[in-house]
Amino acid sequence: ELVQFLLVKDQKKIPIKRADMLKNVIREYRDAYTEIVNQAGRTLQEVFGLRLVEINPKRHTYILVNNLPRAEGNHPCRGKEKAKLGLLTVILSFIFMKGNSVKDSALWEFLRRLRVHPGEQHEIFGDVQKLVMEEFVRQKYLEITSIPLTDPPQFSYQWGPRAAKETSKKDILNFVAKVQGKSPKFWTSQYNEA
Amino acid sequence: NTAMGAQMTDAHRRFLQILMSKGIIEASEARKLHRHCCETDKVYYAHDKLDDFIGTINRYLQPLFMQIRKGMSEEDGRAHYAVVNLAETEVTKMASDYTEIELELFRKTMDLIILSENGFASSTDILNLADKLKTKKMKKKEAEQVLKVFVEDKWLSEKNGEYTLHTRCIIEMEQYILSNYQDVARKCNICHSLAIQSQVCESCGIGMHLPCVRKYFKAQTEPRCPQCNEFWSCDIP
Repeated sequence: ELVQFLLVKDQKKIPIKRADMLKNVIREYRDAYTEIVNQAGRTLQEVFGLRLVEINPKRHTYILVNNLPRAEGNHPCRGKEKAKLGLLTVILSFIFMKGNSVKDSALWEFLRRLRVHPGEQHEIFGDVQKLVMEEFVRQKYLEITSIPLTDPPQFSYQWGPRAAKETSKKDILNFVAKVQGKSPKFWTSQYNEA
Repeated sequence: NTAMGAQMTDAHRRFLQILMSKGIIEASEARKLHRHCCETDKVYYAHDKLDDFIGTINRYLQPLFMQIRKGMSEEDGRAHYAVVNLAETEVTKMASDYTEIELELFRKTMDLIILSENGFASSTDILNLADKLKTKKMKKKEAEQVLKVFVEDKWLSEKNGEYTLHTRCIIEMEQYILSNYQDVARKCNICHSLAIQSQVCESCGIGMHLPCVRKYFKAQTEPRCPQCNEFWSCDIP
């Protein structure tokens, strides 16, 4: 039962809280919590090739990460999702290439050059501001922190824990290199970090 | 874990992940996917052993009350595969994706479709339903949008402004429908599966899927009902 609960919750890419697991599935078996979760984790890996990862040990939140080696080509997601992932990849690349953190003004300036504007309905992404600032952050692909003592308040963006698990700095660097037609070694500091 | 038979490999897991994300795939797509997964994960590939491959996955899914099930599209008769939940008695798979009011609309739409003669519900009828929902009235525009989402998510399919259950929905909910609509739900006389769209014999009332009708009467010069032998009154598709 826990396995199904985790699969369904993760489908929405929202991290799963331990409290939810206890309330909805484990209930009276609280004492066996650890054992049940471990068993579920083993089943998820054995049957679905998914890893149950705790991304926040303090708050006990989990996500499911694909454990299978990456395959070329066949990407298991529908059209709209593919487009969102494309946008996300571009954003993650920008953040990484700029030293792992960017100010929101810089990010939107970058996106503006790609004809993606906040406050404007994009034909594919719709409300882009909501997508980037809310959806991607909620799904833990991006992390947003406010810069103290700024008025009007400014934010900075970093990679979120899900991004770190689902891709790697190496993959992103290779992506950037491919797009720009250069060798990844061209960017020495990023190359060393990746 | 399993007493005998093949072990699950990354190829099986990849197949399962992709099938789950797509919801439903056609048989020819499934065969291509089978080959892709075996090639990607360097597992021995036997091109005619898709059913064994799926059988292995199913052995591991069984204790989780899930199965990969094969079903036939009522439109074109082609085989499709979908992952189904066996334990659920309600429309639980959908429950997490939609609001209470959307689920109510879906259930009422499903009622309309199953109780109808031809397996379709017109958008006008569905929109009228939306106005009478118990949870909260739904505006016409909202209902149209929800219907669009149901079609995108492959619960309903739309043809000429009318809606029927998508093949994926039929495969997933066959047991649920047969038990909850026992007296009204029709079973095909040829393949014995649930039939949402069907042709019915005027004399004895048995029903058959359209692709099953086509197949059954292919060789016959005079189409006669397999049950009562009366002349088959409907147009052969």
